[in-house]
Amino acid sequence: MSATYGYKRTVVGAHYGWRDFLVQRITAVLIGVFTLLVLCKLLFTSGPIGYDTWAGIFAPQWMKALTFSVIVAVIWHAWVGVCSVWYDYAKPAGLRLVLQALSIIWLVSCGGWAVQVLWRL
Amino acid sequence: MTQLAKKRPEFRNIHAFKDLPSYRWPLAALVSGMHRISGLILFLLLPFIIWLFDKSVSSEISFGSFTAAFATGIGFVPAWFVKLVVLALIWSYLHHLAAGVRHLVLDVTHKTTKDFGRHSAAATLVFSIVLTLILGAKLFGLY
Repeated sequence: MSATYGYKRTVVGAHYGWRDFLVQRITAVLIGVFTLLVLCKLLFTSGPIGYDTWAGIFAPQWMKALTFSVIVAVIWHAWVGVCSVWYDYAKPAGLRLVLQALSIIWLVSCGGWAVQVLWRL
Repeated sequence: MTQLAKKRPEFRNIHAFKDLPSYRWPLAALVSGMHRISGLILFLLLPFIIWLFDKSVSSEISFGSFTAAFATGIGFVPAWFVKLVVLALIWSYLHHLAAGVRHLVLDVTHKTTKDFGRHSAAATLVFSIVLTLILGAKLFGLY
């Protein structure tokens, strides 16, 4: 059998971390652009920012849709991030499994709450 | 290969008080460590962030309790503590954002020189610390 390592390694099948790498960066850019967008909307309003101005930013349907993607992006980004923390520090497999399971519950619960708040608007 | 692989030392930075002070911390390493810590803080404070979003955006009444959190506190939690947590949030977000942008710049430009690593790390620290100080002073009503 020919060698499947080094520059001849099989590049299908396992992900080799490529998906996580890409997801981490794409979601990061989305979150960063969203931050800039909200910041610009705040900076270009004149006068004090009350409830109407603030809630008005999230009221249009396109903004709700975008904010929804950002919520998903934050959850996914945080999942990849904490996973690498657990990989580095939580060595016993059982402990790591528990921490990963708790992270999923934590993140999905937070995501559900955020979506509920968003669509109540 | 007949010889057993030699057991190599393993560093996991877990013994914070024993290991971390003895390491050399070049600026790039400091930014990297703080990137991880700030990410973990944001992860743990996620429910608080959504609570702030919920209160500030849901109704005029909830907006009132959002502003009251900074003036009189939330329940038994005093206002200064709420502000302190928000300050931690501000620093974590700014540092994580700046360190993330630095990562993206490194990814795109492949500027992997020692000099660029140090200078971009210094810029990251200056950006996040200065902005945190300015916003923190505003938060605590210094101006």
